[in-house]
Amino acid sequence: MMKDFIRKFYYGDIPEEKGGNNNSPLGDGGKSDWPLWEVFIRSKQGLDHKHVGSLHATDAQMAIENARDVYTRRMEGVSIWVVESKHIHATKPEEAGELYEPAADKIYRHPTFYDLPDEVNQM
Amino acid sequence: MSVQDFDKIFQDKIDNEIKIEPKDWMPDAYRKTNIRQISQHAHSEIVGMLPEGNWISRAPSLKRKAILIAKVQDEAGHGLYLYSACETLGITREETINDLHSGKAKYSSIFNYPTLTWADIGAIGWLVDGAAIMNQVMLTRTSYGPYARAMVRICKEESFHQRQGFESLLVLSRGTKEQKEMCQDAINRWWWPALMMFGPHDSESTNSEQSMKWKIKRKTNDELRQNFVDMCVDQVKVLEMKLPDEKLKWNEERQHYDFGEINWDEFWQVVKGNGPCNKQRLDARRKAWEEGEWVREAAAAHAEKRRVKPQTPKGALEAA
Repeated sequence: MMKDFIRKFYYGDIPEEKGGNNNSPLGDGGKSDWPLWEVFIRSKQGLDHKHVGSLHATDAQMAIENARDVYTRRMEGVSIWVVESKHIHATKPEEAGELYEPAADKIYRHPTFYDLPDEVNQM
Repeated sequence: MSVQDFDKIFQDKIDNEIKIEPKDWMPDAYRKTNIRQISQHAHSEIVGMLPEGNWISRAPSLKRKAILIAKVQDEAGHGLYLYSACETLGITREETINDLHSGKAKYSSIFNYPTLTWADIGAIGWLVDGAAIMNQVMLTRTSYGPYARAMVRICKEESFHQRQGFESLLVLSRGTKEQKEMCQDAINRWWWPALMMFGPHDSESTNSEQSMKWKIKRKTNDELRQNFVDMCVDQVKVLEMKLPDEKLKWNEERQHYDFGEINWDEFWQVVKGNGPCNKQRLDARRKAWEEGEWVREAAAAHAEKRRVKPQTPKGALEAA
């Protein structure tokens, strides 16, 4: 029944293995869309790279150059990662229950679960 | 689960301010509405480069030229953020662009008006970008995640656009008699089209009600337009210029300015493609696309050559 209503799309943001345009990019001489790339930027030394968006490019070098032009015009970054969208594997929304719910009833994993006397400072 | 159940889960998420992400279930109409709205928005950014690009080579100083180039480059970037957001809904970039070039997809009518003098560039920054910002600030809270994120990015950059425009007009408004006249003339010509950017009255707008329910929009066309008018009335005083509307008047009871009626015939004419520059704009877009063909081919050939004989791309090693 689910199948009838859930349509799958393989583009952008959180793509699956078939993400991006197709598996043999540019096989048609570049007439159709170039492969899709996800862009990650480190905003300053010491911080993680963070997903900022996506773009189309023929290869990694072009993806990095375009990412520089589009996502770092105002010193937003000191390092860029690009990865072709099709290489990103992601969990599916319909698996959210089995994946994340088991953590919901384990409140003893949080420090606030433990009630300590006030004399115990800074723990 | 039936489609009604999915619908209910979906609407519950919206009501609880949970964003919708690309792979979540969504009603087809929600998907289509977002594709339509985001792609129109993207096209507007791209077509919007044309009236301004027109003045890059004629900007009055190197400073203004550098500013204008930066702004036009921003608009290209905004187009890209939005096209990317649109793609997450399952339409390809190619389809989106083809719809623009075939005339099937719409873009903001404001860009079908000509930029006749240098003051128009200032007026566009102040009024056109100002009107766009009202809409875009609201859209940073839209229910579709990728669209909202693109909007946050855009709003950060857009504020420079409005400020540089206003400052440019401010310089003219303190200049010679001719410069003052040029400034007023530009305001006269851009004011009404800027008000039209907010779209038809709420009572006439076919998409508004459902879009509000889905929280794609959070304010109606008329609310946004009113906010814009209230804001501009104060700002125009700084320029010591006038807004071309005899009916502008503070309404104590409403705590808003009353203003005159938009020429809706003109509005619909331009939407239908009969504005001053509709044909010119689309021709320019198609020409740019066709003349870029060899660049796309060359880039594809270059990538293919590298694929056959791979080289480590610069920067790839540090990535690890």
